[in-house]
Amino acid sequence: MSAPVSVSLRVNGEPIDALVLPRLNLADFLRENLKLTGTHVGCEHGVCGACTVRIDGEIVRSCLMLTVQAQGASVETIEGLSDSGEIADLQAAFRERNALQCGYCTPAMLMTAQDLLKQTLVPDRQTIREHLSGNYCRCTGYQAIVDAVEATARTRAERPA
Amino acid sequence: MTETRATDTLSVLDRPNSYIGKTVPRPNLDRLLQGRGQYVSDLEMPRMAHVVFLRSPHAHAKIVMIDADAAKRMSGVISIVTGRELEAVITPWVGVLSHLKGLKSAPQHAIAVDRVCWQGEAVAAIVATSRAAAEDAMEHIAVEYEELEAVTDMCTALDPATPVIHASLGDNLAFERTLDAGDVDRALSESDVVEADFVFGRHTGVTLEPRAVVADWNAAEARLTIYQGTQAPHMVQNIAALHLGLREAQVRVVCKDVGGSFGIKVHIYADEMATYALSKLLRRPVKFVADRVESFNTDIHARDHRCRGRIGVRPDGTITAFEIDDLTGIGPYSMYPRTSAIEANQVVNLVGGPYVTPNYRARARVVFQNKNVMCQYRAVGHPIACSVTEGLVDLAAARIGMDPVEIRRRNLIADDAYPCASPSGMRFEQLSHHASLAKLLQMMDYDALRAEQAALRARNVHRGIGIASFIEVTNPSAAFYGVGGAKISSQDGVAVRLDAQGSVICQTSITEQGQGSESLTAQIVGSVLGVSMERVRVILGDTDNTPYGGGTWASRGAGIGGEAALQAAKALRRNILDVAAAILQSTPAGLDIVNNSIVNADDGTPRIELNELARIVYFRPDTLPPGIQAELIATRHFVPRQYPFAFTNGIQASWLEVDVETGFVTLLKHWVVEDCGTIINPQLVDEQIRGGVVQGLGAALFEKCIYDERGQLTNANMADYLVPMSGEMPDIEIGHVVSPTQESELGAKGAGEAGTAGAAAAVANAVNDALRPFGAIITEIPLTPQVILTALGRI
Repeated sequence: MSAPVSVSLRVNGEPIDALVLPRLNLADFLRENLKLTGTHVGCEHGVCGACTVRIDGEIVRSCLMLTVQAQGASVETIEGLSDSGEIADLQAAFRERNALQCGYCTPAMLMTAQDLLKQTLVPDRQTIREHLSGNYCRCTGYQAIVDAVEATARTRAERPA
Repeated sequence: MTETRATDTLSVLDRPNSYIGKTVPRPNLDRLLQGRGQYVSDLEMPRMAHVVFLRSPHAHAKIVMIDADAAKRMSGVISIVTGRELEAVITPWVGVLSHLKGLKSAPQHAIAVDRVCWQGEAVAAIVATSRAAAEDAMEHIAVEYEELEAVTDMCTALDPATPVIHASLGDNLAFERTLDAGDVDRALSESDVVEADFVFGRHTGVTLEPRAVVADWNAAEARLTIYQGTQAPHMVQNIAALHLGLREAQVRVVCKDVGGSFGIKVHIYADEMATYALSKLLRRPVKFVADRVESFNTDIHARDHRCRGRIGVRPDGTITAFEIDDLTGIGPYSMYPRTSAIEANQVVNLVGGPYVTPNYRARARVVFQNKNVMCQYRAVGHPIACSVTEGLVDLAAARIGMDPVEIRRRNLIADDAYPCASPSGMRFEQLSHHASLAKLLQMMDYDALRAEQAALRARNVHRGIGIASFIEVTNPSAAFYGVGGAKISSQDGVAVRLDAQGSVICQTSITEQGQGSESLTAQIVGSVLGVSMERVRVILGDTDNTPYGGGTWASRGAGIGGEAALQAAKALRRNILDVAAAILQSTPAGLDIVNNSIVNADDGTPRIELNELARIVYFRPDTLPPGIQAELIATRHFVPRQYPFAFTNGIQASWLEVDVETGFVTLLKHWVVEDCGTIINPQLVDEQIRGGVVQGLGAALFEKCIYDERGQLTNANMADYLVPMSGEMPDIEIGHVVSPTQESELGAKGAGEAGTAGAAAAVANAVNDALRPFGAIITEIPLTPQVILTALGRI
């Protein structure tokens, strides 16, 4: 169980081959091996949501997943979503609304909000609050985040397809 | 946001294109939005080692023996260090301040020596090439403990039968303060007297990024660089140097992005001191990042007060006296260097503060116990003082059958009564309780809400309205710490300079943890200089590269650091205009700076752009008239001197529903009216208040560190210690009254703690309001379903 095993996956579109210990969780792999430090670690037991990443299109808590479980998977982190421009409008809305203070929860909050916006065209405020309710933010009190997500949803809905 | 201006005295801030009072996005947010922040947790350095701490499983025990032989042989282990071994590098400390008379504490070591005093105190450091290797080795260290009786209940900590935690101190009393103002006995004898015991849960900050530090002792330079998420870099520099036997010049503290602080990261923790010392001992960078269990067991806790309160009231609603007897347990040591007596001291200072009665008696006792240390956390003492005061005021109103709004209207200090002082000696320059109350009632449509409440009650839906007035300590002068001997600066400094392309660089001693320190500095400097904000770059969080100052805590960044920025920018502006006058053969008074250009003061005609002025100054000074030496840099410092604290005030209201079958509380809406003087950035102020309110709502409904009778923290994880999440939080509406302080040209007071100060009091009053038909009165937080159902007699 303690010998390194090989794993192959895609991270933000790039193919990665690595030898990792079976116990290495995905959050630590992203941060320590790949230096993708935009994925944050807050509680290491799946409650705070700070380590949220997207795996094969689904949001996942990377602290609750072993790296070896990502064999063959496509992992997307905040760095990938930022570089591709996929959430540029959401990021702009967060900036305009000051929907972040210390910023530690923010990458995962954006990841979770984008997940909602992909599922629901114009979610109401309570739906937004419920969808984000697994992402802990100690700074903002959440209202500005809800506002920013709501504003982004409206803008996207008005945009010609 | 809605705003009512009480006065209008600004001058330099009302310049054309001023950013003051405007919502502008904080600079450099994209870094955080794109996952490119630089938190200490992210930092890696060549040869960096990782430290983890083996921590005591017992609340109180003798360390008989530590056997680390097997662990030392494990792969990746660099060193295993005990408290005894680390003593050679770092001296112990005692967390006392001389102005808190009688405060005592015992020497505390970076790593426990011979004895552990709380569950979670470090007994050995394991340094290895990776954190995982260190944690593996930790499991192979054998420690033999001899368990001692743990003092856990603060109510019995002073009983003769209770063991004394530190024999050298004689007893478990850390601090006691009494106050007797006016004639309380007479006032109470002529009044209806209502009393209650108010109980506050012990809770903690739960910063999303745990405490983190990288210490890098460079033996070749004889210099220690500390990368730490701290609110007070110069304080850390001073303390690290003092206990490592270095000069301050040998210590540099660098603070980049910080993942939440709220007062948690304004203290000096034993494990951080140990990390500095280990770096010096091992001559290489050492990194410590607390995990979540360590955060719960070692980040300071706060509150945990039991306060008996009494209030006297006459049938006409006149409040005749307040009396409190407050007790708090702070763990085994007073924290360093700010001490753990401040919260109780604040409770004494603040109870009754919004009201006119001169009769006030208080006693506060602070006791040692074998639990994690307690110290200053956001809104220090305010939530307790506010909950006790406002709880008593509501009880008094209920006793005489008066509306909670009316009793406040009759007793709040009049808006034209300033300057004045409270019975505890707090001096108020200008507050606005009545204007704030009026605005709050209008925002919440109080009468309509009361009508709705009555209508719903008939349908067995139990909603409540709770109101809480408060005062808040901001912009602290040296009265807070300096007078007690702590080397914690109460002044801040800002250096502003014009670079060679007409951009501006500011170095400020206040720090950024997301409040907007960088933004408010850039807004002020840009406004005063006539330079657009994009051209202003702010440098903070580095003792090598900023003026000396206190940092960001106690709602001081905008009021103190902001004024220093304003004065520095004014000085640089004068310097720029002096050179411009020489270049343009004009006079400084005949010129102004607008939109990055020197213009004629009278008609605004552009004369020369700042980048051209800078080019001449830096590259063609030979063309300046003889005797002209340009100084395109200016530094100014500021500290409040007239008032020890710039008090602010405000009022909050909560509208909520209690399910009397399940005991669950649903928060429906929350309102705040706050007066922090000049508002630099309305959005940032409002978001500070909202975030603060939600921290107070967490305390009101969810948050509590639950210890068993042996001193074991039983819910040290985020699944069992509940924090507010987005689903349960209400929208919060915010309004302002603006009474600038005259002590500074900027006029800004603090806003960072107002939300936390009054939120729990408003919620507790609203719950009691909702439960009025049942005759249940609750004076305990958190208001869990269990507490509510117990009060209703249902369990």
